[in-house]
Amino acid sequence: MEQAFKNISACQLMDCGCMDYKQTYAIQKKCVEETLQGADPTIMICEHPLVLTMGRLSKEENILCSQDTLQKRNIEVIRVDRGGQVTLHAPGQMMVYPILDLRKYKKDLKYYFRILEQVGIDLLNCFDILGSRLSGKTGVFVGDKKLISIGIGIRKWISFHGMAINVNTDLELFSMIKPCGLDVSMTSMSQIKQRQIHMSEVKTRLIDCFCRRFGLVIQQEVGVK
Amino acid sequence: MKQVVLPELGEGIETATIAAWNVKKGDLVKKEDDIVELVTDKASFSVSAGFDGRVIELQFQEGEEVAIGETLAVIDEENKKGFL
Repeated sequence: MEQAFKNISACQLMDCGCMDYKQTYAIQKKCVEETLQGADPTIMICEHPLVLTMGRLSKEENILCSQDTLQKRNIEVIRVDRGGQVTLHAPGQMMVYPILDLRKYKKDLKYYFRILEQVGIDLLNCFDILGSRLSGKTGVFVGDKKLISIGIGIRKWISFHGMAINVNTDLELFSMIKPCGLDVSMTSMSQIKQRQIHMSEVKTRLIDCFCRRFGLVIQQEVGVK
Repeated sequence: MKQVVLPELGEGIETATIAAWNVKKGDLVKKEDDIVELVTDKASFSVSAGFDGRVIELQFQEGEEVAIGETLAVIDEENKKGFL
């Protein structure tokens, strides 16, 4: 897989820790505006408390549990302006939200997906996990199980939303939804390795894999905006 | 009259679906305004007006599929009465 870049560019890293989904969404929107004005791209990394998000193509029937259950467990369902269908975020799942000016790479949505997938495959390879693509499906799979989901938004060719990596995610939670509208089983790095994976190590490796594929170098780590 | 068309989105992408219009017929728009949001299977994206003027036609409704290169909207550059 080729590199996506021609020249190395500076970028900023924002580690949001475990943060409410709506809060990170607001930060992404702010970063998109700043990137449109010429600011360096941003890589946001975070986890979310349990939440369901519905992309533009989501169907209600892909949420398999009742409203009552959602209310009792205090699980919010949020409609968002990304592609894809319903997905779930929870602690133990590492989110990466790249705010990149894709005009500096290639104005090609599928190309962007393929590079994101390659970052995921590279990351899994660091942990001796063989990730791969499945024809006709976006994301990274191990065998026929999905480990990394991707859904993006683009505004004036600035990317937002991104990639969800199941590191130590409680996989039982996925019984609440039909992930991405697919009849697919989900897996996680911890399920495959049969041990808890250090999130800090995943984060370090992920940033490294991401920067290599996108030709970025972390210029500064910025606080939450 | 200027036509706002669905731009190339990359190799192998031939259509997209209208997710939401941000404007209605008769609205004044600036060229940088995102007038419509579209979606493919895993990406949503916005299309800008590209011209200052008044929206005189929206060619598709929400939920309809549009082919690359098709006209999404028509903007009258001459009709800017009320433009700030």
